[in-house]
Amino acid sequence: MAAVTPDQLHGHHAPRGVMRWLTTTNHKDIGTMYMIFSFIMFLSGGVLALTIRAELFKPGLQVVQPEFFNQLTTMHGLIMVFGAIMPAFVGFANWMIPLMIGASDMAFARMNNWSFWLLPPAAILLIGSFFAPGGATAAGWTLYAPLSVQMGMGMDLAIFAIHIMGVSSIMGAINIVVTVLNMRAPGMTMMKMPLFCWTWLITAYLLIAVMPVLAGAVTMILADRHFGTSFFNAAGGGDPVMYQHIFWFFGHPEVYIMILPAFGIVSQIIPTFSRKPLFGYASMVYATASIAILSFAVWAHHMFATGMPAAGQLFFMYATMLIAVPTGVKVFNWIATMWRGSLSFEPPMLWATGFIFVFTIGGFTGLICAIAPIDIQVQDTYYVVAHFHYVLVAGSLFALFAGAYYWLPKWTGHMPSESLGKLHFWCSMVFFNLTFFPMHFLGLAGMPRRIPDYALQFADFNAIASVGAFGFGLSQLIFIVVVVKCIRGGERAAARSWESAEGLEWTVPSPAPHHTFEEAPVVR
Amino acid sequence: MNRASGMHAGDHYFVPEPSKYPIVGSVALLLFGSGAALWLNAVPAGRWMFFLGIATLIFMMFGWFGQVVRESQGGRYGRRVDKSFRWSMGWFIFSEVMFFAAFFGALFYARVLSVPWLSSGDNAALLWNGFSGAWPTAGPYAADPFTPMAAWGIPAINTLILLTSGVTLTFAHYGLLNGKRGQLKLGLAVTIVLGAIFLALQAYEYIHAYEALNLRLDSGIYGSTFYLLTGFHGMHVTVGAIMLTVMLFRTFAGHFSPEHHFGFEAAAWYWHFVDVVWLLLFVVVYWL
Amino acid sequence: MGRAGRIAALCLASSVSLAHAEPHARYNLQQPVTGIAEQINDMHTLMLLICLIIFVGVFGVMFWAVFNHRKSKGAVAAHFHENTAVEIAWTIIPVLILLGMAWPATKTVIAMKDTSNPDLTVKATGYQWKWGYDYLQGEGEGIRFLSALSTPREQIEGGAPKGDAYLLEVDNPLVVPVGKKIRVLLTANDVIHSWWVPAFGVKQDAIPGFIRDTWFRADKEGVYRGNCAELCGRDHGFMPIVVQVLSAEKYAAWVAEQKAKAAATASAAPSAEADSAPATAPDKG
Ligand code: HEA
Ligand code: HEA
Ligand code: CUA
Ligand SMILES: [Cu+2]
Repeated sequence: MAAVTPDQLHGHHAPRGVMRWLTTTNHKDIGTMYMIFSFIMFLSGGVLALTIRAELFKPGLQVVQPEFFNQLTTMHGLIMVFGAIMPAFVGFANWMIPLMIGASDMAFARMNNWSFWLLPPAAILLIGSFFAPGGATAAGWTLYAPLSVQMGMGMDLAIFAIHIMGVSSIMGAINIVVTVLNMRAPGMTMMKMPLFCWTWLITAYLLIAVMPVLAGAVTMILADRHFGTSFFNAAGGGDPVMYQHIFWFFGHPEVYIMILPAFGIVSQIIPTFSRKPLFGYASMVYATASIAILSFAVWAHHMFATGMPAAGQLFFMYATMLIAVPTGVKVFNWIATMWRGSLSFEPPMLWATGFIFVFTIGGFTGLICAIAPIDIQVQDTYYVVAHFHYVLVAGSLFALFAGAYYWLPKWTGHMPSESLGKLHFWCSMVFFNLTFFPMHFLGLAGMPRRIPDYALQFADFNAIASVGAFGFGLSQLIFIVVVVKCIRGGERAAARSWESAEGLEWTVPSPAPHHTFEEAPVVR
Repeated sequence: MNRASGMHAGDHYFVPEPSKYPIVGSVALLLFGSGAALWLNAVPAGRWMFFLGIATLIFMMFGWFGQVVRESQGGRYGRRVDKSFRWSMGWFIFSEVMFFAAFFGALFYARVLSVPWLSSGDNAALLWNGFSGAWPTAGPYAADPFTPMAAWGIPAINTLILLTSGVTLTFAHYGLLNGKRGQLKLGLAVTIVLGAIFLALQAYEYIHAYEALNLRLDSGIYGSTFYLLTGFHGMHVTVGAIMLTVMLFRTFAGHFSPEHHFGFEAAAWYWHFVDVVWLLLFVVVYWL
Repeated sequence: MGRAGRIAALCLASSVSLAHAEPHARYNLQQPVTGIAEQINDMHTLMLLICLIIFVGVFGVMFWAVFNHRKSKGAVAAHFHENTAVEIAWTIIPVLILLGMAWPATKTVIAMKDTSNPDLTVKATGYQWKWGYDYLQGEGEGIRFLSALSTPREQIEGGAPKGDAYLLEVDNPLVVPVGKKIRVLLTANDVIHSWWVPAFGVKQDAIPGFIRDTWFRADKEGVYRGNCAELCGRDHGFMPIVVQVLSAEKYAAWVAEQKAKAAATASAAPSAEADSAPATAPDKG
């Protein structure tokens, strides 16, 4: 069948070398590029984090000056969120969604290429801004006005980088929505779809709804900076807090954009290694949808200290607390899936189980933040830093690793090293907790975030956290080794690489050929 | 090519061959973004990078969309692809709605919350000398008075123009559906002309506002919301008009059939979206 | 179980440390000295306990499965994948737990917002990077001064030994009487700052061009320290807040002393209105 496919040039016709990657319309190539890009961004953001941790190793200013410290914090946040975590999930979507639903490619293969290739320019603008006069923006990843209005040229570069990443995300999201809705193989009804596709479908809707709002917010900052407008200036009748409302209307759904696909990945892995079907498939779908819908009504929980009226505080507090219910449903479903299963703990399962355990800690601290009076104490402290690294690192990132170990056989044709995978997991787990657990204490005891220097009573926990961070960073090198070894060779992977893995992706050979499902498979 | 016509329709989905246009577009946006940032910070090269970026972007669009048109004309898009286009255009327009929502939200926030706050209680008493805060306002520190826009002059005429253009576009669509190419061409042409008149009036109005009314971008929150909302709307009208013009040229080139004309429909959807945004604008920016 | 145990132990340690009045909190919120801070403290302890119990319960089940339902131990997978009753239960029960949490929180939110009938009103203005205090009403009305970090540069950048209150000391602390309701009006002159004194359970953003208010009533004399809690540029980490709570008599004496000082400077130089410029004048035409 491959012989008569004029649409997509095969092997010998296709451009070679760099041009292959620059011009490709193949979802697997594009997925791979997304993942490599995001991993590079993860390392870059990680280097910034390590510089932060080095400065905070002991009281006093040793490594960097305060202004540069703020640049580091800001860029660490921006790079990790927009450069590392989000593109990594899009990479997974690119690789896996067509395979999972039996489609030949993404719905818009050419646009798919552009979605990816917009990211390097955005990264150039963002990282390049360090070299702009005045350096990168130092207003925090949240870019609160009017501080962001004060910034230098780095801020403008960041604004345009965000615009470009927004275009990329919106196109990527539309592509995923259309692929999932329109490209499913015959018989693949919505309620038969793997959960990963469901969580991504819902995530894509979140992206389409909120990325334009972020674009609007930063555009207003741009206008306030250069065109004399007064959106965020009280003297002209605007309000700095208005920026926060618009930003968090984007920002809160954004954090679920970074966790829902993780839930999807974990929901694929747990049943495989429990050798038991996922418990409560339908309720998983509904829970995901509820989280997404609720996420539009909770944004001001980031703003309890701005001095909202009591009614506002109460509304946002209640709405936020409610999210614990659908998230709980998910946690319970995973555990019920494991219950009375036949469990084994290969690296993917190890990471997935670890994910549930540490993510839930982050969820609980989130809930504690949601209680408005308590948040008055912990807002803008290391307690919040601890909370969101528990959900982002131990949540999103751990799930990404789980997914990578799970699908590496499909991508490379070789099984990833089990012992190294386990070592990577245990090192990450230990050092992760060493880094971020003490931050809860720091925050409660009163250490603000985004400061380059701190009072003496915070010294010991900061030292521990810094040691942990370096350990955690080094542990990530193991992953590089695993991946390189896995590409180079190793135990050959079967089509169904894991004993009881279910789904269409396991019906094609490993590694998956360049083109799959050119004739749609029929599902049951 | 044989696929769409020959094989079981819908089974085989068109996947384009590798393309150089996306990477051209990326370079374009890199130039555009960095150029704009440099220009805004008074670095001379910025301006040229900015325009080079735009030129590159236009080049990309011609190439890319031209290819899409050729593929479509070559019959390579089956019904599935058509459906994909529909979904994607719909959700793209939704994302545009959300973009405008941010600015409408800002207007709403200013009118309902921040201006009343600034003009009452401790804010007015301790900081702003009893600022009275009647809308439209340039804020409590306004030194430079301005005259607000009146709804019932040009804006009302513009409303009529856009509404009419919606009708003429639908008229064109019926022409297309019924195979009356003349009606299609006439309807499209009239729609485009109406769009152009709208833009011209809008431009005139801006000049009038700056020169006669002293209403400027820096006229506080009123000026800010007024110009960004109407400005982004105007940009969208421009894009919509360009899309319709392309459709007109394609009509002359003999494209579109009563069954198969998604390009036209997409442009029409976009135009109606722009229309609806204007109605909202007219009500909340000019009228109320 | 090792990890769970360690975390439980740490959390326990934190609730224990609550009982000891340490000068510097290490594991937990600082020792409260206002009713609100007390309520927050109790609420946090309660929440922590509830979360801990749920955590232990949920992960007890998981680890039971992890250890006992292993393939290597010959476990054979069951096949159930649904159970409506259980699913309803684990939806309803969390809702009830959340209601239980929301109730005390609601009461505290309302109490925190009640700034009526203060004994003393002070306006605090955030500047990059110091605080300005303005006694607006009550005993001491008219007193105004700036309050900036007093830690010497050599301690921060050089090798000079760091003092006890490193980075938490200022030249002129805010001084208030004990047991009186103090209303604090917050605003800022440039960017957003946030006025935070953990021991009082008070954190309020200072927003340029707007006045926001909060209140506290300190039950105990002493010196209480906090930080600016909103990123405000270069020296965000270096604009602490120090509040000195005095007995009524000492406070009266302090007020008298300030008045005398003000009178002396007023006769020397008639205008010291430097920091009364309008907030956020637009910087462009
Ligand atoms: C992946 C990202 C992610 C996720 C999933 C979450 C999840 C949650 N977050 Fe988090 N959050 C962030 C990322 C995330 N957050 C980031 C990045 C910030 C800081 C941004 C910044 O300022 O820079 C932040 C900040 C933040 C704040 C503001 C803090 C402050 O600045 O003062 C708040 C306050 O309400 C909050 C709450 C929550 C809640 C309630 C959840 C809930 O979704 C959690 C729900 C989960 C559980 C509760 C656990 C499992 C449930 C059960 C086992 C059921 C039984 C439980 C009970 C009935 C109690 N988050
Ligand atoms: C989205 C995901 C994400 C991820 C994955 C991380 C990962 C990490 N983060 Fe990040 N963080 C954020 C999102 C994220 N963070 C956000 C949004 C903020 C808020 C920003 C703001 O306030 O505006 C923040 C803020 C933040 C702070 C607070 C800064 C401040 O308030 O001043 C700190 C401090 O410790 C920190 C630390 C770390 C560390 C140690 C890691 C580690 O997990 C990183 C590990 C990775 C590496 C270390 C790189 C890999 C290894 C190498 C390159 C090899 C070389 C290594 C060695 C030689 C050891 N982060
Ligand atoms: Cu002032 Cu931070
Ligand atoms: Cu949130």
